[in-house]
Amino acid sequence: MNIDRVSGQVLSGPLEPIYVYEAPVRLWHWVMMVAMLVLAATGYLIGSPPPSIGGEATFSYFFAWIRMIHFIAAMIFAVAFLVRIYWAFVGNHSSRAIFLPPVWSGRWWRGLFNQVAYYLFLKKEPDLWVGHNPLAQLAMFAMYTLGTLFIIVTGLALYAQQWGWGTWPMNVMGWVFVLFGDPQEVRTWHHLAMWYLLLFAVIHVYMVFREDIMSGESVIGTMTNGIRMWKRAPKP
Amino acid sequence: MSETYYDLMRRQGISRRSFLKFCSLTAASLGLSEAGAQQIAQAMQTKPRTPVVWLHGLECTCCTESFIRSAHPLAKDVVLSMLSLDYDDTLMAAAGHQAEEALEQTIAKYKGNYILAVEGNPPLADDGIYCIPGGRPFVDKLRHVAKDAKAIVSWGSCASWGCVQAAKPNPTRATPVHKVITDKPIIKVPGCPPIAEVMTGVVTYILTFDRLPDLDAQGRPKMFYSQRIHDKCYRRPHFDAGQFVEHFDDAGARMGYCLYKVGCKGPVTYNACSALRWNDGLSFPIQSGHGCIGCSEDAFWDKGSFYDHLTTIRPPGGLGIEGTADRIGLGAVAVAGAAIAAHAAVSAIKQARSKTRNDKVSEAEK
Repeated sequence: MNIDRVSGQVLSGPLEPIYVYEAPVRLWHWVMMVAMLVLAATGYLIGSPPPSIGGEATFSYFFAWIRMIHFIAAMIFAVAFLVRIYWAFVGNHSSRAIFLPPVWSGRWWRGLFNQVAYYLFLKKEPDLWVGHNPLAQLAMFAMYTLGTLFIIVTGLALYAQQWGWGTWPMNVMGWVFVLFGDPQEVRTWHHLAMWYLLLFAVIHVYMVFREDIMSGESVIGTMTNGIRMWKRAPKP
Repeated sequence: MSETYYDLMRRQGISRRSFLKFCSLTAASLGLSEAGAQQIAQAMQTKPRTPVVWLHGLECTCCTESFIRSAHPLAKDVVLSMLSLDYDDTLMAAAGHQAEEALEQTIAKYKGNYILAVEGNPPLADDGIYCIPGGRPFVDKLRHVAKDAKAIVSWGSCASWGCVQAAKPNPTRATPVHKVITDKPIIKVPGCPPIAEVMTGVVTYILTFDRLPDLDAQGRPKMFYSQRIHDKCYRRPHFDAGQFVEHFDDAGARMGYCLYKVGCKGPVTYNACSALRWNDGLSFPIQSGHGCIGCSEDAFWDKGSFYDHLTTIRPPGGLGIEGTADRIGLGAVAVAGAAIAAHAAVSAIKQARSKTRNDKVSEAEK
């Protein structure tokens, strides 16, 4: 089986199953998914709190729990992302894909245009790829990787506020407020970043199911057992 | 230049006992220890008075109004005893040419040694003609006086951030002081207006210790601006409990619940209101039942309604579409969803067609 090493394009057969997503990558993927759902739900509630609760404040810690769940999920989210960055250094070819689209590869660019043409129904069959196809890779990088980085940085800055200026969390994260001008602006951008990631999630889920059904590769199963299966040979 | 604060106070008939009382009260309001009170007393007895020049640009004078209501220390003590307020066109007795003359004299006499306090900001559009005190653009006056100043105090949100006159589209190009004067130490005391005790406290600190207080990354004194309104708010337990005012006339409002849902900006506003309060510690906005509007934060005037917690976003280009992050996000997801549904439908049709074609081909092959 002949594979282009830079872009991961399958050039010619015979096709055999390949181990693509290593265990840490798969684990990270599903941890991310759960954390994202929890974060989006609690984050939305922090922006638009549920109806007010009656009684004495002493006996309720309702809104604080929502925030605490958000913070805990956020820490897991951030740590999972850090571990994932580490794995990009020590893992296989596919572990680097979402951090570093090979924009220097001509084959990758041709693949990108072919993929766009395929989704616009201008091309009958897509090229075969070991990891992500170039369009998916670009979307992962621009939406998931950059979006996640942005939401983690703004989130940690907002989290640091509870200690105030002159404490170490603010010494580390205070530059974010200088950059944006004021904390309300940071909140708004953090909030918009949530929608950016949800937008990614919606497109991602659709594409995954569509590719699993219509493309020449296994997709959903690959993120479960790590192995890429093939349904047909690449076109010459 | 040789007269000290203490000399002047004694000359005004203030007893030593009152002087020491004043020192301890000031130390207390600055959050200093007993040793701090002694330091203040020592400084005031030995150091020559530092003159302060107070300029007024594009502003509403609410900073001055706040300043003269200071209780700890009393504004009269600050103005008459501590501050050698050599020029302030609102508070000084002289007017017209006499006043401008006093300003020039101060600049010449105390070159590089006076504090410049700026209330308001200079409008830069059309060579600064939208603010003309004493017959010339304020921006020229500001540059002129700032050139020989030791340090600059930016009073209020106008001087610190720009405030309402800098709101979009900012027709006069009102510009905060730190963007015009870039070669002097600047201390921002934002708020619209700042709390009186914060103002007098900052001045007292600079004059007695002869240095600027510790500033945060945005140039505000940490002693008053390091924590949010929210962090010391007495309604915070209601926030944690999930007890919110939904409307200003509901039961929650009468119970004193958290004002987060009716737009309180306390969680994003650095100021000392919830700790120091206003009018000699009497009250502050949240205590009187209204949310914080975030007046000491940059661009609070361009963040949509004071009664919405989430910011109204206006996309660039004046498309007239407004919304919060949620509406924009939900809109984007809905558009993506519709596009996906359409794409999925076309995909299914194509798939079905090619399948029929393939079936026909394979039948023909048979």
